[in-house]
Formats: sequence, structure tokens, C-alpha cells
Amino acid sequence: MALRGSDLKPGQTYEAVVVDNLTRTQIVQYAGASGDYNPLHTDEVFATKVAGYPTVFAHGMLTMGMTGRMLTDFVGDGRLLSFGGRFTSQVWPGDTLTAHATVEDVGQQDGVSVVALTVRTVNQDGNEVFSGQATARVD
Amino acid sequence: MAVERFPVEAGHIMMFARSVGDPNPIYHDEDHAKGTEVGSIIAPPTFVQASAQHDPDYPLRPKIGKPWFGSGREPTGAVRSGSGGGGGGTGLHAEQHYVYHRPLRAGDTLTAATRLGKTWEKEGRRAGKLIFSESVTEYRDQSGELVVTATQVGVRTERPVGS
Repeated sequence: MALRGSDLKPGQTYEAVVVDNLTRTQIVQYAGASGDYNPLHTDEVFATKVAGYPTVFAHGMLTMGMTGRMLTDFVGDGRLLSFGGRFTSQVWPGDTLTAHATVEDVGQQDGVSVVALTVRTVNQDGNEVFSGQATARVD
Repeated sequence: MAVERFPVEAGHIMMFARSVGDPNPIYHDEDHAKGTEVGSIIAPPTFVQASAQHDPDYPLRPKIGKPWFGSGREPTGAVRSGSGGGGGGTGLHAEQHYVYHRPLRAGDTLTAATRLGKTWEKEGRRAGKLIFSESVTEYRDQSGELVVTATQVGVRTERPVGS
């Protein structure tokens, strides 16, 4: 299950579709699980009439959480050492997101092998919605 | 934010994993988890965000008996002070960074303490002036050991963005 550092080469990529046609219900599901009930994400009337958006949009942290699934599927459970990034565009109901990891480097850190990854999640139009980095322990 | 007690519960992990669309059995199946390297149910990488559930003062949760700024009879139920366009006055989430010191496990009980980091301004193309602010939260376990360090960058904008 876990990655072997010797098998990883800079430039190697891994990708996964992390949501196909995002529903408003999944956004509500994330609101309930995370506890972030901001009506911008869950309340069409508020989002359009008060805040001036075309509709509700996903929590940035839902995008990051879905992106995290791609990462843990790639590096294995309990292997991440760091994961971070920027929310570069909003994610809307109906969006399909593909998360990509690219191997930058495999090195040693405190005596363990660590892979450094760049992470990028794009929507169905190829627009980036999340841009970041991660590191993980490898065998 | 200060959370005095954040019990990391298996049911909550299961619901959180479902909400991010992750069917990995490590987040809900104890028998499966026993046979893995980590050996028990762990939490997904962004799970500590759900500590909001255990923050008594978290502003983005309706409070019993208090007005809520989402819609009811009217499009909004409360006038929020300091409103700044995008984010409905609460600000938008610009960046999030986690450092993992060990896997977070079902059964852990965490505390969270947040300190403010730096703030800075930028002129945005679409949303007017952007005001960024950083906060750093340390999540510690029942033994006081650091489990996750989370750095959040929030941004307030003059106008809604993305429309």
C-alpha cells in the first residue's frame, strides 16, 4: 500500500476525479460534518439576494478535503507529513474536480524517506481551484 | 478560537469522510483498520477543521435562541456588523496549511489553541482591496503532545468575487 521512495521519480504524476457533478446536497453534507454552516454555502436565498453571488458555492475546505482523498489514496494512510495550499477559484454546484499530485523530489528528512509533491485541483474547464504542496513519508 | 475539548469520535470521522466523498475503510471500519500499518481508525487529513463543532463561540453555527444571518422569512435574519462584501462579512478562506506530527485517531481527545499571525493587504483585480490575516492553531492530544498544526489565511474583500 505504501509508496517506495526508490520507485518515485520527479515529474511522476497521480490524479483522480474527486467529485463528478458536485451537488448542493454534498455541500450541505460537508457543512453538517465540519460544523461550518455559513449560509453562503448552504442557503440559496442568502447567497444570491444578500451576498450577491450567482448561487451557493462549496467551502474551500470541502475542495481541500476532496483533494486530500487523492493524496491519501496515493501515499497511503497515515503517511502525510504536511498538506497545504491556496483556494484559487470558487467551486460551484455542478463542477467536476480532478486532483493531481506531481512528484517534485524524494529525499531524507530526519532519517526517513520523504516525497515532496505539488498538488493541483482543476475543474471541468481546466481552471485551477486549489494549488498547494504536500509531503509524505515513503518506504 | 480556543477549544477546550475536541473528542475525536469514530462516528464523526465516518460522517466527515462521507462528506468529502472518501470511501476509504480506514475511516469507518475498525476490523479493516486493525490489519493496516496505522492499526486503528484514523481521521482524514482535513478533519481538524471539524473542531468548529466543539468551539462554543464558533460564529458560523446557528445558536439556539439567537438570530441567525441566513434566510428565514426574510433573505437574512440578522444584520451583521463589519460586513465587507465577499464572505457575507465573515471573510473567505484563502489558504490552509497543515503539519501532521502523528496520525489523528478515533479516541483521541484534543485541545486547540489559536494565535493570530501576520496580516497584510493587496489590491485585487475583481474584488477591490483584499485584507489577509493568518491564524495558527495547535491541536494537542490528551498527553499534551502536538498532533496537528493548522495555519489558516483568511481574506476580506470589498466586493463579492467569482460572480
